[in-house]
Amino acid sequence: MTVHERRAEQRTAPGGSVEFDADVLVIGGGPAGTWAAVSAAERGARVVLADKGFCGTSGATAAAGTGVWYVDPKPALREAAMANREKMGGHLQDRRWMARVLDQTYEDSNRLAAWGYPYPVDDTGTSQRNSLQGPEYMRLMRKRTKQAGVTILDHSPALELLVDDDGSVAGASGVRRQKHDRWIVRAKAVVIATGGCAFLSKTLGSNVLTGDGYLMAAEVGAEFSSMEFSNPYAISPAFGSVTKTLFYGWATFSYEDGSVVPGAASKGGRSAIARALLQGPVYARLDKADDDVQRHMRASQPNFFLPFDRTGIDPFRERFSVTLRLEGTVRGTGGLRIVDDSCATSVPGLYAAGDAATRELICGGFTGGGSHNAAWAMSSGTWAGWGAAGYARQLGPARQRRLASAGTVAFRSKAGRAFEPATLTKAVQDEVYPYELNYFRHASRLESALERLDAAWVDASSADAASKDDLLRARESAAMLATSRWMYRSALARNESRGMHRRDDYPYQDDRQRHYVTSGGLDEVWTTVRPHADASYSEAAE
Amino acid sequence: MIEVIDAERCTSCDICVNVCPTNVFDKTEGIPVIARQGDCQTCFLCELYCPEDALYVSPYAEEPRPTDVVALRQTAALGSYRRAVGWTDETRDLRGIDRSYLLFGH
Ligand SMILES: Cc1cc2nc3c(=O)[nH]c(=O)nc-3n(C[C@H](O)[C@H](O)[C@H](O)COP(=O)(O)OP(=O)(O)OC[C@H]3O[C@@H](n4cnc5c(N)ncnc54)[C@H](O)[C@@H]3O)c2cc1C
Ligand code: SF4
Ligand code: SF4
Repeated sequence: MTVHERRAEQRTAPGGSVEFDADVLVIGGGPAGTWAAVSAAERGARVVLADKGFCGTSGATAAAGTGVWYVDPKPALREAAMANREKMGGHLQDRRWMARVLDQTYEDSNRLAAWGYPYPVDDTGTSQRNSLQGPEYMRLMRKRTKQAGVTILDHSPALELLVDDDGSVAGASGVRRQKHDRWIVRAKAVVIATGGCAFLSKTLGSNVLTGDGYLMAAEVGAEFSSMEFSNPYAISPAFGSVTKTLFYGWATFSYEDGSVVPGAASKGGRSAIARALLQGPVYARLDKADDDVQRHMRASQPNFFLPFDRTGIDPFRERFSVTLRLEGTVRGTGGLRIVDDSCATSVPGLYAAGDAATRELICGGFTGGGSHNAAWAMSSGTWAGWGAAGYARQLGPARQRRLASAGTVAFRSKAGRAFEPATLTKAVQDEVYPYELNYFRHASRLESALERLDAAWVDASSADAASKDDLLRARESAAMLATSRWMYRSALARNESRGMHRRDDYPYQDDRQRHYVTSGGLDEVWTTVRPHADASYSEAAE
Repeated sequence: MIEVIDAERCTSCDICVNVCPTNVFDKTEGIPVIARQGDCQTCFLCELYCPEDALYVSPYAEEPRPTDVVALRQTAALGSYRRAVGWTDETRDLRGIDRSYLLFGH
């Protein structure tokens, strides 16, 4: 048993707040955040982890569970795994990164086994490690995080970053929702692991994922990448929240009158479902699952059946009405741009992991759901934790740094006009949910949506500071607004269809656009393009 | 959405107040209250952590559906998710029966 004596120190602080001194602050306690915290602590860093909800139940993985891109280290299997989604991802993946994620995921999964995760054993006696039950996995990660000596702050959303005089990130502050006070953590490095942004669409476990980390990072000048790949929609019963889609591979989709929706399928035919939903209700029945498959389904995903068992629907025999819920960058691939193997962002002292970071390196423009995202969360979390711990160590003993708060929107008093989070949230949702805007994109529709979103930003950023009780919701709504603008600006910068990004006005993939779209900015949103690694290598070879 | 705290079963341990990721419950002198039902994300996780099977989350995510606790006690719903994932003493063998590996790649 390793003993970790280095804990973050609590300092005396003025009334109404708590303060900690740490080497590394991890913001977000899903798989990416907990792996980052454990890894940083194992490298000797004093670590604080702050989560908006409860580390262990919060975030997409805890509620949903995940298939994992776990592949035995046999060259042929690894090669096949890397080749598998390359075409769907529009060839934007990077082989070197895929290989290192497969390696790290293999190692991390084997550690999970050693820590006692109850992986199932198949008929041949082999432990099967390509699926993780969410509650089980995240309960274990919370335990390991505590055992590593990390100080966990639950119900403690971060609201803004702190920077020192050189603009390096030096901590963050937020609120403790159940204690009704503020927290401040001074840290030498910060890992953003706040997950993606699903725009409060009620997709499973994701209402804590409002892009807060993106907004905080943008306020210190961080850049984003692949934000056009942010429009996956997941199937769920129309009334429910369980957006687990694997089992819809055994479904038949039909219109109100019972006739089959042509081309509709969970994989490779979801757009047909979206088009049908624009006309009227769509129904599903999992009628292709035989008895064996039905049994395996029940054993593997008990929560998939809760909406059915609790409403008396037999999903294998009866039709039920379905909908598509937007998952934004949760099962999309856009996020903070990382600039090196340690998952550093373009801002000194700031690291990104999991859905908060771009997954373009292993997913390209196709969804990372189903396996890649989970592998990315643990791998990038591990690397970001090591990276942040190394950065903190190299910074040396704490010198007294003068810190400034980097928060902008909803923090500054200005116009004498109130900030209205609920109204703003609704306004953003109205621009990002509709299939005709976001699933099926077109320059003219994107441009008019952006006009409204830009105007909303002008409003929000000139509104008064939010009241103490409204601050979290105000920051969340502003984060969703900012995210929608990077999404649509990036979508306009890619004049083709590739991966999940589908342009009605440019229906084909264009070989000349095999590049990444970088974006950033708050008052002025900008985009540029960066070459794909293959292109840079071939140029270097010329 | 969360609909029921069964006052007969609840022991006021406040675990649900702690674990709900969207901070839906509030502590009281006695049993917790559902203070912000509209913030519930229908993730069912509070049910898994309640040691007394006193909570019921209705599967309707978009609107409240008041649920009668007396009728609910006649069904197997209370605690059903916890039993299904193997988080009760009687069902702990279920923790290792994930068969996803037989279903992937369909
Ligand atoms: C229904 C569903 C099914 C999925 N299935 C799969 C699958 O089979 N395979 C796969 O690979 N991927 C799957 N995914 C995607 C996968 O769940 C995510 O990629 C993964 O959870 C990312 O981990 P994360 O740690 O980055 O984010 P999350 O697990 O979402 O955790 C983010 C954490 O950050 C916290 N947070 C947010 N804002 C703040 C703030 N301001 N301050 C402090 N903390 C904050 C949240 O509370 C949360 O705990 C699925 C997603 C969904 C929604
Ligand atoms: S977890 Fe269950 S027993 Fe404990 S307070 Fe909540 S409802 Fe009551
Ligand atoms: S279902 Fe989830 S969000 Fe709702 S009360 Fe329970 S734990 Fe909280």
